[in-house]
Amino acid sequence: MSFTTMLTTMLPGVGRTCLLFILTAVLSLILGIFVMFLRQSRIKPVAAVTKIYISVMRGTPLMLQLLVWYFGPFYLFGWSIRGYRFTAILLGFVFNYAAYFAEIYRSGMGSVPVGQNEAAQVLGYSKGQAFIKIILPQVVKRILPAVTNEVITLVKDTSLAFALAYQDVFSLAKQISASQTSFMPFLIAGIFYYIMNYAVAFAMDRCEKALSYYTI
Amino acid sequence: MTLLEMKGIHKSFGDLEVLKGVDLTVEKGHVVSVIGPSGGGKSTLLRCATLLETVDAGSIAYSGEYAVTMENGRAVYASPAALKSVRRRFGLVFQNFNLFPHWSVLRNVMDAPVSVLKLPKAEARDRAMGFLEKMGLADKADAYPCQLSGGQQQRVSIARALALDPEILFFDEPTSALDPELTVEVLRVIRSLAEEHMTMVVVTHEMSFAAKVSDHVAFMDGGVVVESGPAAQVISAPTQERTRKFLEGFNQL
Ligand SMILES: Nc1ncnc2c1ncn2[C@@H]1O[C@H](COP(=O)(O)OP(=O)(O)O)[C@@H](O)[C@H]1O
Ligand SMILES: [Mg+2]
Repeated sequence: MSFTTMLTTMLPGVGRTCLLFILTAVLSLILGIFVMFLRQSRIKPVAAVTKIYISVMRGTPLMLQLLVWYFGPFYLFGWSIRGYRFTAILLGFVFNYAAYFAEIYRSGMGSVPVGQNEAAQVLGYSKGQAFIKIILPQVVKRILPAVTNEVITLVKDTSLAFALAYQDVFSLAKQISASQTSFMPFLIAGIFYYIMNYAVAFAMDRCEKALSYYTI
Repeated sequence: MTLLEMKGIHKSFGDLEVLKGVDLTVEKGHVVSVIGPSGGGKSTLLRCATLLETVDAGSIAYSGEYAVTMENGRAVYASPAALKSVRRRFGLVFQNFNLFPHWSVLRNVMDAPVSVLKLPKAEARDRAMGFLEKMGLADKADAYPCQLSGGQQQRVSIARALALDPEILFFDEPTSALDPELTVEVLRVIRSLAEEHMTMVVVTHEMSFAAKVSDHVAFMDGGVVVESGPAAQVISAPTQERTRKFLEGFNQL
């Protein structure tokens, strides 16, 4: 197999890895907001359940969680799991990463001084206005470095989807390497992940720079 | 005309009773200084007056408009809509400024008039620039709070409060976070407001300022107003032993 054939064979994997990455990043960044609010809910049982959810997500291997998402419905309820593979992978990733993002958001919210909210309140801003106009922009600035770290980890973690036989870059590299007895696919995969993370880091760095016009 | 009337204010944090029945009345155009040792409840009183804390008992009225009343021995707050209208009557200047760091100086001063009072942008900008000029900060309009000295930040926060056209302005130790040379510029601004008959309540440790600028002085200790009266009398000839002790301590510094 020539180098170019190898590349073209791996190309669909690149697409799948990017698809999984983008869907997970977008959905978990959003779901994380809801999780954060549930975690701080005044209704005690809601907060308690959310806390348990977060600690399980963070305390068990993502690969195991993926297996549970995929096989769980069959073993627990006897449901058919045909055609469910990608959904299971996505559920596993999104719920796992939402837990991490929720905690990042929470610490970001906690690090904005209460005086900011108090000043807004005395000036007559509504709670919603205060959150959107005054608190949120400062939270975003504070959490950007932590979010960057997490997103970079996510790029690499997408390779765990091989556990559910997802044909991403990593899976294809493994298969081609075995069939062609070549080291080259691993190198290609490695370079691909590196470039992707480089792009992520670059984009996040741009965001941080854009917010560096003030210090807190 | 009475702008603020607080009566029988009680406030506890858990088991700790911080305000034990405090009365405070402020007449239009007057400056009232609140002095007293740390932990005496001065900040808590201001936070109750500005609705940042809820009282356990007592009543608060701004120009006769009630924020809290006593009903059957319980403090009952007015409706959210009524409180919103009460909030428009006062402003508060914090010890640590609490400017919004992500906004320019100008935006800090003009945003609330636009977002809260719904003033047209151009008008709010002109007014804000006017207040900044008054504070000697017109050239800092485009700067960010982090680029200013503490004294400048505090003057911006005074401009921010004034931009909402409050009837009464509260200051909680406005100079305590500042170096002495910056303290002077902020006190000068407050003094100029007093000369324009701005109604103010100032918690301060600057005794000479309190003596010179205020009409009334209230000495607070242990959650009660121990002594209050005309500034000259309370500071120069206190009648209460505790006031005397406190002021002596100051003079020995
Ligand atoms: N949020 C709070 N929770 C518990 N205790 C408080 C709180 N705020 C103030 N206190 C206590 O109330 C007392 C009065 O505080 P404060 O009003 O800040 O006094 P001052 O401003 O005169 O120094 C202090 O003992 C302080 O520790
Ligand atoms: Mg205080």
